[in-house]
Amino acid sequence: MADQNASTSIEAVESGLAAQGYIASRQIATAVYLSQQIEKPILVEGPAGVGKTELAKAIAAWRGKKMIRLQCYEGLDEAKALYEWKYAKQLLYTQILKDKLGEVLGGAQTLHDALDQLHDFGDVFFSKEFVEPRPLLQALEQPGGCVLLIDEIDKSDAEFESLLLEILSDFQVTIPELGTVSAITPPTVILTSNSERDLGDALKRRCLHLHIGFPEQRLEERIVESRVPGISQTLRRQMVGFIHEIRSLDLKKLPSVSETIDWARVLVLLQASELDTEIVKDTLNVLLKYEADIEAASPQVTTFIAKAARSNVFG
Amino acid sequence: MRENLHRFFRAARGAGVHVSPAESIDAMRAVAQVGITDRTILRDALLLTLAKSQDEKLALGDCFDLFFSQPEPPQDQPEANDNDEDSQDADQSPSANAASKAGDGQPQQGLGPLAEMLLSQDRNAISAAIASASGAASLSDIRYSTQRGIFSSRILDAMGLQRLRDDLDELTGTNPALAERLRAALEALREAVRDTVSQGLALYAREEAENLRNEILRNAPLARIERRQVAEMRALIRQIARRLRERYSKPRKRQRRGHLDVRRTLRRNAAWGGVPFLTAWKRKHRDRPEIVALCDVSGSVAQVSDFFLLLIHSLHEVVDDVRSFAFSSHLIEVSEILEKKSPEEAMAEIMSKVGFGSSDYGSSLVDFEKDFMSALTPQTTVIVLGDARSNNLDPRADILRRISERSKRLVWLNPEGRLAWGFGDSEMPRYATFCSVVRQCATAQQLERAISDIVATYQ
Repeated sequence: MADQNASTSIEAVESGLAAQGYIASRQIATAVYLSQQIEKPILVEGPAGVGKTELAKAIAAWRGKKMIRLQCYEGLDEAKALYEWKYAKQLLYTQILKDKLGEVLGGAQTLHDALDQLHDFGDVFFSKEFVEPRPLLQALEQPGGCVLLIDEIDKSDAEFESLLLEILSDFQVTIPELGTVSAITPPTVILTSNSERDLGDALKRRCLHLHIGFPEQRLEERIVESRVPGISQTLRRQMVGFIHEIRSLDLKKLPSVSETIDWARVLVLLQASELDTEIVKDTLNVLLKYEADIEAASPQVTTFIAKAARSNVFG
Repeated sequence: MRENLHRFFRAARGAGVHVSPAESIDAMRAVAQVGITDRTILRDALLLTLAKSQDEKLALGDCFDLFFSQPEPPQDQPEANDNDEDSQDADQSPSANAASKAGDGQPQQGLGPLAEMLLSQDRNAISAAIASASGAASLSDIRYSTQRGIFSSRILDAMGLQRLRDDLDELTGTNPALAERLRAALEALREAVRDTVSQGLALYAREEAENLRNEILRNAPLARIERRQVAEMRALIRQIARRLRERYSKPRKRQRRGHLDVRRTLRRNAAWGGVPFLTAWKRKHRDRPEIVALCDVSGSVAQVSDFFLLLIHSLHEVVDDVRSFAFSSHLIEVSEILEKKSPEEAMAEIMSKVGFGSSDYGSSLVDFEKDFMSALTPQTTVIVLGDARSNNLDPRADILRRISERSKRLVWLNPEGRLAWGFGDSEMPRYATFCSVVRQCATAQQLERAISDIVATYQ
């Protein structure tokens, strides 16, 4: 029955993503599996740098599908997200076809006839030929399906959210001149948000809501292992432990997974074998992005290293 | 299982998670996909489909743990327990089956199913029977703690208490020892049922209880709120602020349909030699309110001012600019304190600077005119919050007139009831002549309406 398959399928998702270098927690894998099964978009929320965008990339790479990305910003509108008419092309065609127009209308006896003929003709200019598809329409038109990433939806205006509703629930858009365009294969839709503003209930209702927080220590170690293969196990444990201590501080911006990976790379480059106060203080600016944060953290560095080392022994 | 999920949705609503029918359908579909064998996956699936924010996820997680710590009603006979209310005969319902299976070891002739089950001391069967009986007694309808007794007795009745009593009467004569055992077991059963009902109350009644409490709180006079309710009130005020934000932070530009913006149209179509393919329409900008708030923080009004300032300062998205001033005998600006500190600390600091004095509206208005008159523009709404009781000192209503002339609107919010205006040392009638609006503002609800009206005039 479904239940037996479910846990194996979820494991399959986990390993599939892992093959692309994305170590997913059980919850993430469940979300991806469910979104596939009940054809719902996933709304991913969480602090910056925990791998929200990466998730979409990993899914696309794993399934071997094209990824179409729509970066949201204030003022993004229909013409840039959905479709636009190729005005210049329309203009050019009318210029070129001017003579032809004369011929077509030449046969008309009265103004009324001419108008009738012109009506049929007018539709030609508002046809598929003259539509410039933007990311959302492109995503619907992919014959093999695709992964549609709508990035940082919280940056867009509230009206844009409403525009998305149709595409999210029914995988279709309505273009007044052409009618409704439905998806050939429903795309996998991932929306990401940094919770800069509250999203509307209508949008949330249409999505699975996944919150990615900072990962647990074990998971983060595995992520570092997959992303920075050159790092030794002791150093990896120490640095992840250290970062977990840092996150307990009250900082402006806590270091997230992307900073962990950057830091691991830096440590490998500097050929550090284990953490010591010197090297941490020198490289703290990789982890912390505000001067005030660095100042707050630096007095604690020695204690944190000691703590990380101790938890290493017991853990 | 479907029945169980529905009860879970009910419990989730009780825990403050907003579960709409559409979401429950999604959850059903998700559960159908993942099955119910693996509890962590089930938990994840429900969290993904039902909870739509981090807070809701936490609440729902707790609710899930509480809910599924209860034994589930037996799977194999889900519909059978509908008609065992009057379970007199021997041939009913799951409890009977379970009991006769369990009681094989020591056959007791002529006893009812419940008695047999109790004597056999099969815990699983008993808790299953309790669960199915609480289903029959629709325990999920429980709303108030006062209903505990009635639900307990309903559950016991559904389990066949009547028959058990008859058995007991009979046994007392024939087999006193057994009767004693049965009586003890019945006592234990009562206790178990009571626990079940309490748990049910915790699960299902939270929503109702919370609504009731909030309703009472919304209409309670702010000035006389008890200390332990202050925190709840703050939460309520934050809710109100959120509601106002959602309502009024919508786009402030509105297209004026049909009015072509010629300049922007020409510029946009320069590429096509000025042939207007893309049209630009004129837009109307809506102003965001600029608010100057003058709050009386003398003893009688301090609490109301506290909540008022909290509300005004949590409206950043809606209000362009707020400057707040606090006064009792003299006036200071407090915007910065409120921006930088937590509400509790800020209020404590304000109080230590100007609070709790006897109020002198006249000299406070003089202070304002001297230093801050320039804060007023024709877009400003001035809100004065106070009881206008000036201890018989000169009210200086002339300054208020000048303030009203310089600003867009002057709103006076008075925590006292209209009846008290003008009596004793109240200068309200004199001030009222210069105010655009005067309204009573004593409860959270009135506060919300007052602010909502002020913001709405800018829309």
